[in-house]
Amino acid sequence: MKKVEKSNEKESLLIDKEGINVITGKEAVVKSLIAEGVDLIFGYPGGAIMPVYDALYDYQDQIKHILTRHEQGATHAAQGYARVSGKVGVCIATSGPGATNLITGIADAQIDSTPMVCITGQVASHLLGTDAFQETDVVGISMPVTKWNVQVTRAEDIPGAIAKAFYIAKSGRPGPVLVDITKDAQFGEVDFQYKKCTNVRSYVPQPKVKLEAIQAAADLINNAKKPYILFGHGVLLGDAKEEFKTFVEKTGIPSAWTIMGLSALPTDHYLNVGMLGMHGNYGPNLLTNECDVLIAIGMRFDDRVTGDVSRYASQAKVIHLELDHAEIDKIIKADVAVVGNCKTSLQLITEAVKEGTHEEWLQKFRDCDEEENQKVINEELHPSDDKMISMGEVINLVSEASNGQATIVTDVGQHQMVAQRYYNYKRWRSNVTSGGLGTMGFALPAAIGAKFAQSENQVIAVIGDGGFQMTIQELGTIFQTKIDIKILILNNEFLGMVRQWQDLFFDKRYSSTEMVNPDFQTIARGYAIESNKVTERENLAAAVKEFVNHKGSYLLEVLVGKENNVFPMIPTGASVSEIRLD
Amino acid sequence: MEKKEFTISVFTEDQIGLLNRVSIIFTRRHINIESITASESEVKGVHRYTIVVNDAEDLVIKVVAQLDKQVEIVKSFYHETSEIVYQEIALYKLATSLIAAGGEAEKIVRKHNARFLSFDTEFTVIEKTGHKEETQRLFDELEPYGILEFVRSGRVAITKPMKEFAAYLAEIEIASAN
Repeated sequence: MKKVEKSNEKESLLIDKEGINVITGKEAVVKSLIAEGVDLIFGYPGGAIMPVYDALYDYQDQIKHILTRHEQGATHAAQGYARVSGKVGVCIATSGPGATNLITGIADAQIDSTPMVCITGQVASHLLGTDAFQETDVVGISMPVTKWNVQVTRAEDIPGAIAKAFYIAKSGRPGPVLVDITKDAQFGEVDFQYKKCTNVRSYVPQPKVKLEAIQAAADLINNAKKPYILFGHGVLLGDAKEEFKTFVEKTGIPSAWTIMGLSALPTDHYLNVGMLGMHGNYGPNLLTNECDVLIAIGMRFDDRVTGDVSRYASQAKVIHLELDHAEIDKIIKADVAVVGNCKTSLQLITEAVKEGTHEEWLQKFRDCDEEENQKVINEELHPSDDKMISMGEVINLVSEASNGQATIVTDVGQHQMVAQRYYNYKRWRSNVTSGGLGTMGFALPAAIGAKFAQSENQVIAVIGDGGFQMTIQELGTIFQTKIDIKILILNNEFLGMVRQWQDLFFDKRYSSTEMVNPDFQTIARGYAIESNKVTERENLAAAVKEFVNHKGSYLLEVLVGKENNVFPMIPTGASVSEIRLD
Repeated sequence: MEKKEFTISVFTEDQIGLLNRVSIIFTRRHINIESITASESEVKGVHRYTIVVNDAEDLVIKVVAQLDKQVEIVKSFYHETSEIVYQEIALYKLATSLIAAGGEAEKIVRKHNARFLSFDTEFTVIEKTGHKEETQRLFDELEPYGILEFVRSGRVAITKPMKEFAAYLAEIEIASAN
């Protein structure tokens, strides 16, 4: 027999006999979340979800609700929470505009494989399809950007739908799911018996790794002269920290990361050769077209990584370790596809490969590094005195002051590329960014979620002046919850990445990219967030130290070079080997 | 890659909105669905969509993989036309006077082995099953006499390879439970 907590005795319609536990649908939502181990949700109330909020009132000791200032903020916060904890992020919103405001975050979570459960209120079932007040077909709208979604119109279906939602969000390749619950279902009654979902018959989240594929992969690796590892988000999602490190170290293979794979191997690891893609490092891109065996682990050959696919690693045999079979051969044809969780497949391959070193091959990456240092990095990290502060030198100082131990949450644009290039990530799962969707406005709310998931770690949000103003209202969430977020605004008074493209590819015609910004310190003051603004290099180091060591939230704005470009760069349509250093 | 006709069979759970999820996958890749038919399959509770497309095989392979990965899609297959036995049905509404006169129109209907489905004093409905070319040929021949209404179904297809869907389902059920 289910025992009812004291605090909700009044609310619960418990009929305490014959094991029947009748409660309202709204309470069933909350109890289902508790049964899934949820103790924190992000959301925003409104008409159609009010019953659930009413039920939450009775369970405040078990579920903490963070009121964001916009539903989009709730989704990004849930994503930030999920990304650093590996747990499912939960957000909740009302019907109509509340639900549509979730869509950007859901799309972001879908393309970046982030486990998230979104619960939306919906108009009463008899009003469905009638253009009722705040009615929108959120199941239809969210279908292309959810891993799964469902509409619930009866209270009795609520526990089952939520159980399935959590199972699907977290298992296999994770993703966002949405459960839309009509208002009458929230008010209805259900005999509440929660059963966790452990399988869905049409869904195989963990395909069994085939041993023939392991052997074929190991054979290629054992005979390779210039093997090369590309690692992505799958290593982090697969929780394969040790398995991946062991594989890399046993084989001695140079390894490069996608921006979603960053922090799966420490930045300063001797076999970590750097960043792939459009603004990645010189060697990792250039040498993609020189390796003989390419080992892609938990990555999906995004176009920002590959450049022109017809001239991408065509000389190499490709081994693709990937959980999602639909990614195999989607962009780059695999000679050996190892479908399955990389935590398992890496372990098996590690057993089957010989120990190795590839000093000569590794030296090629070092030589490229030297060239990149001379042409790009030295100037970026230590600009000459007559130049304005660069983003790179700020990140470098932040990295030193935080000893590479902070969780870095980035927004989208130039600062994102610079932060990932120059921060010395030492901690597993310490990079949170919007990779696939490139959602400006992601960082501030995502940082809030990341901080709630790991209060012990410092969270630094690195944001441009453009992206900051897309979700600036979440300063209110920081203010109300009193959490400790460090906000670094790299202000170039431009939408920098777009301006860079206009500079390089549109004859410097700066169409609508210049920003006249408010005084961010005045805004911070309104939210009681301490702040500082640096315009001169001589004040930078001390300001960064104070920023990092401050107790409580802090906003540091640094005025950086207005027209600085991020290099290296692979122009759109070019091959990885055509990467430009200037 | 050369465009060809492919028949895609999608076996799904019985779930509201799933057709939308299926069609989105085609829409995203800008693939035109030539025809689509849905019905319950030989396995109770499992529905089968038969979708005909005209596109490059490598694209069709990717679409089938995307279909396959949807949570409530049990399994998807694609086949070339030579690997399936398929059929379509077409209905033609003609003025009864045209048939009653015992003229050319009647001869055409007989020649095509079409079936009289319904008579009325004013109109007659004729049914013809066959491949699209066959139902189209009848249409083309009747058209000069005046067709009041015409409708053709989507394709239904049975595959020639002998492995039964139930066997796949059993494999997937085992794999999904692991």
